[in-house]
Amino acid sequence: MARTRLGALLTAGLLLAAAAPAAAQPVRVGSKSFTESYILAEMIAQVIEETGEARVERKFGLGGTGIVYAALASGDLDVYPEYTGTIARAILKDPGVTTPAALRARLAERGLAMGEPLGFDNAYALAVARTTAGRLGLRTLSDLRGHRELTAAFDPGFLDRDDGWPGLRRHYGLEFGDVRIMEHALAYRALAAGRVDVITAFTTDGQLAREAVSVLADDRKFFPDYAAVLLARRALAERLPRTWAALERRLAGRLDSATMARLNAEVDLDGRSFAAVAASFLGARDGGGARRATLTRELPALTLQHLVLVGVSLAVAVALGLPLGILAARRRRLGQLELMGVGVLQTIPALALLSFMIPLFGIGRVPALVALSLYALLPIVRNTYAGLVSLDPQLVDMAAVIGLDGWKRLGWVELPLASVTILAGIKTAAVLTVGTATLAAFIGGGGYGTLIVTGLALNDAATILAGAIPAALMALAVHALFEALDRLAVPRGLRRRAAGPSGAPGTVLP
Amino acid sequence: MIVLREVTKRFGAGPALDAVSLTVAPETTHVLLGGSGSGKSTLLRVVLGLLAPDAGEVTVDGVAVSPGRRAEIQRRIGYVVQEGALYPHLSAARNVGLPARARGWPAATIEARVTALARLVDLERPLLERYPAELSGGQRQRVSLMRALVLDPPVLLLDEPLGALDPITRTELQAQLVRMFRELHKTVLLVTHDVREAFVLGTTITLLDAGRVVQHGTFADLARRPATPLVTEFLRAQAPPPAMLEYF
Repeated sequence: MARTRLGALLTAGLLLAAAAPAAAQPVRVGSKSFTESYILAEMIAQVIEETGEARVERKFGLGGTGIVYAALASGDLDVYPEYTGTIARAILKDPGVTTPAALRARLAERGLAMGEPLGFDNAYALAVARTTAGRLGLRTLSDLRGHRELTAAFDPGFLDRDDGWPGLRRHYGLEFGDVRIMEHALAYRALAAGRVDVITAFTTDGQLAREAVSVLADDRKFFPDYAAVLLARRALAERLPRTWAALERRLAGRLDSATMARLNAEVDLDGRSFAAVAASFLGARDGGGARRATLTRELPALTLQHLVLVGVSLAVAVALGLPLGILAARRRRLGQLELMGVGVLQTIPALALLSFMIPLFGIGRVPALVALSLYALLPIVRNTYAGLVSLDPQLVDMAAVIGLDGWKRLGWVELPLASVTILAGIKTAAVLTVGTATLAAFIGGGGYGTLIVTGLALNDAATILAGAIPAALMALAVHALFEALDRLAVPRGLRRRAAGPSGAPGTVLP
Repeated sequence: MIVLREVTKRFGAGPALDAVSLTVAPETTHVLLGGSGSGKSTLLRVVLGLLAPDAGEVTVDGVAVSPGRRAEIQRRIGYVVQEGALYPHLSAARNVGLPARARGWPAATIEARVTALARLVDLERPLLERYPAELSGGQRQRVSLMRALVLDPPVLLLDEPLGALDPITRTELQAQLVRMFRELHKTVLLVTHDVREAFVLGTTITLLDAGRVVQHGTFADLARRPATPLVTEFLRAQAPPPAMLEYF
């Protein structure tokens, strides 16, 4: 069967893709998916390139601490920018560890190294409009006490973290008239419009460098330190000592909060690219132009990556799903278990499934392909099963009477008769996968999701759409492709019946 | 020769077949007559080995029908059902050749056999390149009959083969079947609820009601010496009213 051969070919391709990055040993630099992390990672990358000891592989925009740390721990990343508070709380899970020496000792047990602090803290803070601060004489968090008439807008994370609002409220004895949940970037706009009085801010927010906003001092030391540092595999410093020394020399202690806020503003508010901002900070001549131009140039490569993600994972899902569906139809009781299992896979949130893949397959394209293949399985298995169990019983009986058994019955009669339903399942899987594949970017899998993740980090609708619109167009194209494929793969006799207005009364159930 | 001895088959509460005994002599046509739910189709499925009886035994040409020997039994039987059960994804010719292809016949042999059968059932050969949906009801049943005959089995089982056809086509095909069964020396068991069809085709007739044999015999036996009032009632129900006969 042609379909099986294609599946085998694509599986081989998948294995090759997995084996490829063993060649030269580049330094793999990671970042999380927010502006500051991108800029710092870009600085790290440029310093390494400047030193010339090793090539750099950029794995930016990974989806959160869990994913980036898992990638570092499994050896898929060599270095990325992190914050001491996050290291203590989210990675070591021990908020008691605060001094750099203690952090280093604990990280060393895991084969990791922490660089010297870069110089700034990216901590939570509360901010008010400068006019409000002047009018009420607010300079510190303690000054907020008793101002019950104020309205606050906090980001969702802050509202339920123990080191967020619940703790802060107890620590300072604060009470506001109204506390709303609002996304970070929106809160700044609401503050500017005078619709809220107090918002959560990060001490390096680009807006702080530009807008008439005052950050209130944490006079009674509630917020933990979130000093920016480089977090690296210890092997990196040992393998490339000159590079590690260069990173420390060029970055450690060089960035204060005001500088970082200004750099963030250049990206978030002025639309410059991460690379250009990092380059001008490092004193190089302006490396890249406007951010948008850079992103648009990437579109062909991202399209190809996205197509590979969809094509390979769909091929694997067909190669697995078709036999599973057939098995389920043949062994009904086993089939129920199987369908349940495949159904459960579908209930795992895509991002969680992707992050489960990291300990097994690291980050990048391979774990994304595995996760996407698993995700595409359900519609294919379900429809194969449904197509096979709902065949006209007379036609199935007739196959037995005629002397068709086993593979002949399956290949000559059952699969062709179920082909319309099976193909519909594959079509559903394909269109779904085009959408789900945008999440691959969170584990460094590439594709259109890269633009969406970057756009979300920048809060830039244009960049998000630059990823989302091509993905939607690709979904439409895939749909159209399958409509055409229907015409090829579905036997003529069945097509006519499906399309013809009169149908064939003699071939349907009585 | 088909022999059923005390065959019982139950679905849920009532028996679909209740101790049915029946013999179809070689090279005769036996008609199973009865209303809906009388157990006619169940009986055919038991003979085919598609259903295992709860009690009793069935032999086809001396071979006992059992799960282990289903293939052997099915090789001796051609089967036609009311709606034809042709595979919609295969052309008529491919449908006819399917049993032969399953047994690994060479393509040329199959082709020759299909052409011969087309002549036998009075279908033009080019018509067989069409798909079932592109054929008329009568053409489809002829193709279905060709498929049943392709391996030249000694026994034919036909389950209301003409039931879905218009009266003119039905009458035409009835005459053709009579001629064909005689020429080919087939042992035939045919299920119908059509009294006219039973009269035209049946050497002998069995009237079934609620899974039991009501009467067994020739049409004349049933008409002249009915075993129960039901027999007369069944035959009369389909006879034209006397006033109508005056017009013929």
